[in-house]
Amino acid sequence: MNVSFLLFKITLLAYFGSTIFYMIDILARKEKAGRVARWVLLGAFLAHSASLVARYVEAGYTPVTNLHESLSFFAWTLVGIYLLFDLKYRTTILGAFLTPLALALMIFSTATRTDIQPANPMLDSWWFPVHVALAFAGNAIFTIAFVAAIMYLLQERMLKSKKFSTLYFRLPSLNTLDSINYKCLTFGFPLLTMGIISGAVWANAAWGGYWRWDPKETWALITWFLYAALLHGRLTVGWRGRRAAIFAIIGFLCLLFTFLGVNLLLSGEHSFSALTS
Amino acid sequence: MNIVVVGLSHKSAPVEIRERVAFAPTAMEKPLHQVAALPEITESVIVSTCNRVEIYATGREADVTIARLKRFLASYHDLPFEGLEEHLYDFQGEDAIKHLYRVASSLDSMVIGEPQILGQIKTAYGYATEFKTTGIILNRLLHKAFSVAKRVRTETNIAGSAVSVPFAAVELSRKIFETLEDKTVMLIGAGEMCELAARHFVSTGVREVLVTNRTHERAVKLAEEFEGQPVTFENFPHHLHRVDIVLTSTGASDFILEKKKVAEVIRQRKNKPMFLIDIAVPRDIDPRVNTIDNVYLYDVDDLQGVVQANLKERKKEAKKAETIVGQEVGQFHQWLSNLEIVPTIVSLRQSLEDVRQQEVDKSLARLNHLGEKDKKAIEALTRSIVNKILHNPTAVLKQSQGDAAGDTYVDAIRTLFDLPHPSSEKD
Repeated sequence: MNVSFLLFKITLLAYFGSTIFYMIDILARKEKAGRVARWVLLGAFLAHSASLVARYVEAGYTPVTNLHESLSFFAWTLVGIYLLFDLKYRTTILGAFLTPLALALMIFSTATRTDIQPANPMLDSWWFPVHVALAFAGNAIFTIAFVAAIMYLLQERMLKSKKFSTLYFRLPSLNTLDSINYKCLTFGFPLLTMGIISGAVWANAAWGGYWRWDPKETWALITWFLYAALLHGRLTVGWRGRRAAIFAIIGFLCLLFTFLGVNLLLSGEHSFSALTS
Repeated sequence: MNIVVVGLSHKSAPVEIRERVAFAPTAMEKPLHQVAALPEITESVIVSTCNRVEIYATGREADVTIARLKRFLASYHDLPFEGLEEHLYDFQGEDAIKHLYRVASSLDSMVIGEPQILGQIKTAYGYATEFKTTGIILNRLLHKAFSVAKRVRTETNIAGSAVSVPFAAVELSRKIFETLEDKTVMLIGAGEMCELAARHFVSTGVREVLVTNRTHERAVKLAEEFEGQPVTFENFPHHLHRVDIVLTSTGASDFILEKKKVAEVIRQRKNKPMFLIDIAVPRDIDPRVNTIDNVYLYDVDDLQGVVQANLKERKKEAKKAETIVGQEVGQFHQWLSNLEIVPTIVSLRQSLEDVRQQEVDKSLARLNHLGEKDKKAIEALTRSIVNKILHNPTAVLKQSQGDAAGDTYVDAIRTLFDLPHPSSEKD
């Protein structure tokens, strides 16, 4: 077993621990557990960072070339961005929703081929890390928007139906959830845009053409249009609340398909098999 | 020394009894001094509120002290003892400490988590210290009770959610808007509950209040009171688009706000949410309004439902509070038993030393032929016998600090050796 994989295992365990503490906080209503969960999550993030660095050293390329690495990298950006977010907003409840998601990504990641494979020479470019960093940061921010949207719908349902569960007391106000949705959109959308542009520039450098209608590109574009529509709706028509939340959820599902579905179900330049075969 | 409490509360006695047993807050000196004068009672505090009357006291024999306090309550208020006794409860030792902690933390209140009771106990303690009826034990116990109550308040959410209709309305609006600083409230009509809710909103700090009423003078008067703006009743729908929170309570028999109108207002507001609170019976706002996106309509029954849900929430939090109380009771009880162990050891030693000294003096007086050296040897011999005898009991007593056996040992030793009770002497 190599160092990166050992660190990976530690990370997985720490995410698991953090999830447990968050659940204790939310379900058994012990707020101290939430504070522990945050520290455990920070520790997990550091271990995860170390694991990625180790993998980079061992493999010699940015470790986002196959499904195992991508899922792990996605979980890492998600947790990193959440921790930044948490610095400012202190939203334990959001962590309680996101940490299990990161854990699920990591578990999924272990279920795939974890060995280091010889890299495609095309990946030996500076555009590669730039492209994936932008794309993944955008993905992570939209994931937070997605989680906030689910929380919004839950809270809205309770306020409309006047039936309150324990969660009502822990969830933030509708206004807060809606503004998280909006903030994520204003950060996520430029990142997604730049992710697509950097990909196009890289494609031009590697293959001599900006756009080839590869399925991943097509789906990224569909996702981009969805988020553009949401941003436009928010800014001009006054979309907000439930509608914006539903849109953020659809946008995320589309994003998820772009990220995973395309790679697993369709073939093209982005599919992992194409990259590693 | 035992801590006891005797009293009655909303749980044990109807208001007709409670009001006859209550002590006037302005005249606490007389009852406090009378309790303090009762034999065996060393310290006392009298708590008297509209929901409870309790006497906390310390005494040598718990059962005797309790009986005396019960008789005192009946005789002081000229009530037949038999009729009163069935409403009285009493606790001693750890149970009495626990009871005070629970009362101070508002776990025993009619509305769990209501904050007044702590202030009332502080006042009661204030009188007791003013008339010097407390001592080392109750002083510490009461201070501890205050800090337990504070801990419960900060570590649990026991007072976190509103348990009255107007407060529930304010809280719901926070769950929708987060902050009310930049919000506008419109008050339509006038009703007691409605005005009360408006007052809560104003004190929370909303930006603007609009008031409308069929009788315009009434609107002007109310607007003045809330430092708001009066709006004529015919005109109020034209102002709705800039209103975030609507409070209605008119005597109208038909709806004054239809679904169509509200849908139009929401469009005009670009979907900015609205919170409509309909306190009128019959209702002022068409209930179907609640189906419009970004509109939240609550009528009186809905708000009552929220209050009920919050009460349930408080009961859940109360369980956490009980755990805190449990921990603290243990700690205090430990302190209390330690308080007795050290003086017991000291007086046991003193008592044996006195015996030794007497007997040695007596014998030496008859043994004139002994030299100084022999006398010293006898002194040393007797002293070491006493020390040998005392060694084990002292060690056992010290070890029993904080566990349940401590009290038993202290009592046994004091009885067997006929030791005086240091803390039972009145000062």
